[in-house]
Amino acid sequence: MRIAILSDIHANREAFDAVLEVVHERGSDELVLLGDLVGYGPDPIYVVERAADLTAQGALCIMGNHDEAVARNLRDMTENARFAVQWTRKCLAPAHFDFLARLPLSLQSEDRLYVHASAERPGKWPYIRDVDAAERCLASTDARFIFCGHTHIPAIYYTLPVRRPMHFQPLDNVAAPLSELRRHLVIAGAVGQPRDGNPAACFVLIDTERREVTMVRVPYDHEETGRKIQAAGLPGWLGMRLRIGR
Amino acid sequence: MQRFEAGTVIDGFELVEKLPSGGMASLWRVTNPRYDFPLVLKIPFLDPGGDVSVILGFEAEELILKRLSGPHVPRFAASGSLARVPYIAMEFVAGSGMAGIVGNAPLPVDEVATIGTEIARALAALHRQKVVHLDLKPENIILAKRGAVLLDFGLAWHAELPDLLGAESSVPMGTAAYIAPEQVLGERSDPASDLFALGCILYQLATGEEPFGRPATFAGMKRRLYHAPKPPRDINETVPRWLEAIILRCMEVDRSQRYAEAAHVLSDLKNPDQVVIAKRKPRDEGLWAAIAKLFRKTDDRSLVGRSTSSRTHAGPSIVLAAVDLANGGDALAGEVLNETARVLASREDSWLACVTVLKTEIIGGTPAADETGRSVYLKRLVAMKDWARPLHLPEDRISYHVLEAVSPADAILNYAEHNDVGHIVVGARASSVIRRHLGSVSTKVVAQALCSVSVVRLKTVEEQGRQPL
Repeated sequence: MRIAILSDIHANREAFDAVLEVVHERGSDELVLLGDLVGYGPDPIYVVERAADLTAQGALCIMGNHDEAVARNLRDMTENARFAVQWTRKCLAPAHFDFLARLPLSLQSEDRLYVHASAERPGKWPYIRDVDAAERCLASTDARFIFCGHTHIPAIYYTLPVRRPMHFQPLDNVAAPLSELRRHLVIAGAVGQPRDGNPAACFVLIDTERREVTMVRVPYDHEETGRKIQAAGLPGWLGMRLRIGR
Repeated sequence: MQRFEAGTVIDGFELVEKLPSGGMASLWRVTNPRYDFPLVLKIPFLDPGGDVSVILGFEAEELILKRLSGPHVPRFAASGSLARVPYIAMEFVAGSGMAGIVGNAPLPVDEVATIGTEIARALAALHRQKVVHLDLKPENIILAKRGAVLLDFGLAWHAELPDLLGAESSVPMGTAAYIAPEQVLGERSDPASDLFALGCILYQLATGEEPFGRPATFAGMKRRLYHAPKPPRDINETVPRWLEAIILRCMEVDRSQRYAEAAHVLSDLKNPDQVVIAKRKPRDEGLWAAIAKLFRKTDDRSLVGRSTSSRTHAGPSIVLAAVDLANGGDALAGEVLNETARVLASREDSWLACVTVLKTEIIGGTPAADETGRSVYLKRLVAMKDWARPLHLPEDRISYHVLEAVSPADAILNYAEHNDVGHIVVGARASSVIRRHLGSVSTKVVAQALCSVSVVRLKTVEEQGRQPL
């Protein structure tokens, strides 16, 4: 079974389309949208509508903190994020808000748990940036595989019973093993706003037979996204960071 | 714990005969009609409450062996799920075990060199696949018809995989007699650690003694950071200086002094006359120096130096420059020299093999044997040294080879393959009717080389061949 996991699309139409094309080429039995469909990017309507179509066709979709902020008009965010949330709210129609508001905080499929930030208090959106945070997340569930996004930086944590989790930084496009012995916390890189120094969009591909997980990188036309960000009057940094992947 | 006996079938593998094995796993000869090669099944001993390193080693070996290929490892067939019966099914490799061979040490020099060459070749192939063995020892080496085959990847490290095993252990993992000093300190990612172990094996083959014994404690293993073993010639004076130099360079504690690549060890073992014999450092520095040493604070990490991977990633280790000096140095030879300098510059410890070919007409003849032949050979050698002089390479970074062959291209290709050359620089003459008909040396080298090739051609100045408008 092949599973494609797309996190942190952030209203980036070019990245989303480029990734979906690769997902289609590679084939997948389960498609997961791991939260933060909107925020930062210039194409929230397109991304929400396409996500709704995919969900209608069986994709799993969960809520991210930006989706929540847009749906519930929250302001507790960084300045750029808050600006983008307000801008996004002006673009969207009631049906879009409704779709975002109904997204669940987490979903479980077989032995896999999907949650945007962490299994530890999902609605509080903690960041998993170190082994301690990973350990708390792993301790909050007994799922064999937990998939999160939120940090925009790919990582895999492997854990054995009564041991500290081990951090591994997966290589781009190189399959990393899923161990029969261990539980796993996989942090997906971002589709729409990578922050690991590589501007190419990132999504997760799982092959359950081969017991492998790959951070697939998909270069896309981020200059076009940057032009749209500028034209929309969104903060300039949001376009700049797509160019440098930070 | 499940009992296994002859006749038991696991996932289509029928157990035939139990083989002698270590304490981590049982080994069985098995048959399975799905595979067209002889098979062995390795079943780890997994007792509840048993040593957790057994299962971690099993996991590491399964991950790595199935990613390896080539003649120097057993072929991977299948593996069994931990949920049912964990096993690794792999090729049974027939040959003589190195464990038996070291029992007969000291061995004659040429045998030591031949065995060392085979192991170095296997290590070069392994390291090319981004894997460090980290438990190289006679018990894990089989000398088969196809060359040395390395076994047991239970402690191995793969550059592109998480080091699941290393993360679980703070104690050094390896075999006390052969473990490299940086491995004793917990470092697991340097291919040069395998070259240290190779040095220990060569030491043992040449002298009949293990260089460090078999210390049972961490402190005992750490001694090798501070105390050099007795030089091989102190034990067996028939060991030639060049072999001693190779062994000691493999066993350098400071990795900036150690060989960085198996290919280089291989090349030195095959070409003893290119080995630079350094003057032995004075061992006894007097009482005051010994006392000062006692009080000096040493940082273990600084003793083992930096990982060799920073060097090995910079560029090719061995560069072969093929230069045609049949008509003396010419413009093309000069350009080959310039290109060679550029390739060498990518890496500070790269090493240059200068090759020129004396064309012979008769196959199997020995034209160099007579007086005229000898002088032609020497003349070419002198010309080659003169050609390479502007590179100003120290003598331990360059060697000269006058090859006698009917086909220069074959001679170059053969040398490159057998010495694991990483890059070939070769000149190409402007096209001529004869070359177009017969094919040029560079064309054949480019077509058949197993590594990168730079073809150097002079930019033509004349307007020949251009059609009038």
